[in-house]
Amino acid sequence: MTTANSLKNEPDERGHFGPYGGRYVAETLMPLILSVEEAWNAAKDDPAFWAEFDDLAEHYIGRPSPLYFAKRITEHLGGAKVYFKRDELNHTGAHKINHCIGQVLLAKRMGKTRIIAETGAGQHGVATATVCALFDLPCTIFMGATDIERQAPNVFRMKLLGAEVRPVKSGSGTLKDAMNEALRDWVTNVHDTYYLIGTVAGPHPYPAMVRDFQSVIGKELKTQMQEREGRLPDTLVACIGGGSNAMGLFHPFLDDREVNLVGVEAGGLGVDTDKHAASLAGGKPGILHGMQSYFLQNEDGQITEAHSISAGLDYPGIGPEHAWLFDQKRVNYVSVTDQEALDAFQLCTKLEGIIPALEPSHAFAHVIKLAPTLPKDHILVMNMCGRGDKDIFTIADKLGVSL
Amino acid sequence: MTRLDRIFKSLDRPALVTFTTAGDPDHDKSLALMKALPGAGADIIELGMPFTDPMADGPVIQLASQRALEAGANMRRTLEMVRAFREDNQDTPVVLMGYANPVMAYGFEAFAKDAADAGVDGTIIVDIPPEEDAELRAALSAHGLSMIRLITPTTDEKRLMKLLDGAGGFLYYVSITGVTGAASANLEALEPHIETIRKHTDLPIAIGFGIKTPEDAARMGRVGNAVVVGSSIVENFKETQDVSAVADQVRALSGALRP
Repeated sequence: MTTANSLKNEPDERGHFGPYGGRYVAETLMPLILSVEEAWNAAKDDPAFWAEFDDLAEHYIGRPSPLYFAKRITEHLGGAKVYFKRDELNHTGAHKINHCIGQVLLAKRMGKTRIIAETGAGQHGVATATVCALFDLPCTIFMGATDIERQAPNVFRMKLLGAEVRPVKSGSGTLKDAMNEALRDWVTNVHDTYYLIGTVAGPHPYPAMVRDFQSVIGKELKTQMQEREGRLPDTLVACIGGGSNAMGLFHPFLDDREVNLVGVEAGGLGVDTDKHAASLAGGKPGILHGMQSYFLQNEDGQITEAHSISAGLDYPGIGPEHAWLFDQKRVNYVSVTDQEALDAFQLCTKLEGIIPALEPSHAFAHVIKLAPTLPKDHILVMNMCGRGDKDIFTIADKLGVSL
Repeated sequence: MTRLDRIFKSLDRPALVTFTTAGDPDHDKSLALMKALPGAGADIIELGMPFTDPMADGPVIQLASQRALEAGANMRRTLEMVRAFREDNQDTPVVLMGYANPVMAYGFEAFAKDAADAGVDGTIIVDIPPEEDAELRAALSAHGLSMIRLITPTTDEKRLMKLLDGAGGFLYYVSITGVTGAASANLEALEPHIETIRKHTDLPIAIGFGIKTPEDAARMGRVGNAVVVGSSIVENFKETQDVSAVADQVRALSGALRP
């Protein structure tokens, strides 16, 4: 359903969010991308498709995820009421499983017999390997060599689940290079392979499709908040790498203009240095990985390397819908540094007994700044999009502890 | 008549298209190689515009891009290289191959204008399909540059019509589903595709991807109006660092295309 003046009408039929999005891929892939779109258009209007998705969401993922009032943190910060949307309690420990279930069901409908995916932190890789085990599909995960080193537990997990983990050494050996390599594999194995993209990025229809699967987060929140507080929340906060958890949280609220939406980019060592992953704060519009969006790049259009303590946010681009919402000023995009995320990680762990992943630790670092400035009846919800077990080695290293 | 039209009209054999990456391993050596290619038998020069994230390329051309960028290559210097080449060669067509982002960063209009001024004849932008090429197409057309389109084994007849609309210079037939430098295609699988394309267009067809040896070139030359050799030239230049060694290789490739 489209309504005039709604921010939920995007993208257009060719996948454009304003000037962003679209389909910028090699010609070999175009027929396949068009068939993914065709299959997705049919699936999203098919109640049977959603019945299967909902069933797995409830019984396999464990949805709806709880909405938790973080009482001790609220008292500690002394301002807004802080709630966590607990997507870290999902099966596999992050929100990524939501779009993996959705996409694997689509791949099955399309008759594809092999799945490939890229991964940064390994959360999307683990979730992909998990659904491939469930559906008995062979899967290959492309992962940067640098990330394989800093996310060893997830690499082992993927292998246990039966996935082949292919190290990518080209470029900086991180998420963008893994995505390049996955695209190269896809071009080569175009006939039998489905590329299960792990965020709201890539060529149309991926940004809209992944958003639609992740929107379960925001839809649940709307219902849960109505039950708990009898109204809409005032502020939503989510971290952003490619932007899938944020898009899923924000999208159902885009037309509720009174709800403040805050996206937190990874500021690395600071957005005024050359070591960060804040594409909106420090990048400019460009074309990469099948889409037009904001990318970190030099004046010659060469993509520059992102840096973040969090492998899941270490990407020099951002989903095209975020780029558009940034231009529209509907979402307020901010950034926090590695150090702020590290401090936030420890505070959350000690005060609530919840070990957050480094990705939502970025969101929480902003909550720490924001909540004290807000009145006590202000309701703030942060998406706790992943749990931090995978990050304990990185954290120990940063804290100077040897395990 | 454009340089590209002239070369295809004048040859009674398949043309040899050589691919090298601009600025690999540095500006001067790359230019010296470019200048030597026509004399060794290259009929058309395809010059790669280096990019950090060349998604359609295999490891050989990825690394060539990296070497070039490390040596300071950028769009301005690539166009300078063409300009320098044109100082003593007015006949050999030069086509630029690359990816969207460096072109967008330079500006589509400025790129087309400066490329035409430098003596470029056409461009192949791998990741801008017809659905997204309005700006590029207008700019190229305003400055008389050919928009060379890629046709692939996954292109059906309906898609072909879309690709032919606005296509110029020649068609680049990607003979395999894969990246550059991969295994070579099988001729029998290729022929029906080429026949279908010829039913709909008079544009010359160049066959590329996976063509490495003079034997590969001769085989593909039986169905194409041109063959493109890239990775094996780039690899040879990297290994030997020697213009005359690459010239020998190009002479052998060219010889294989002569009756």
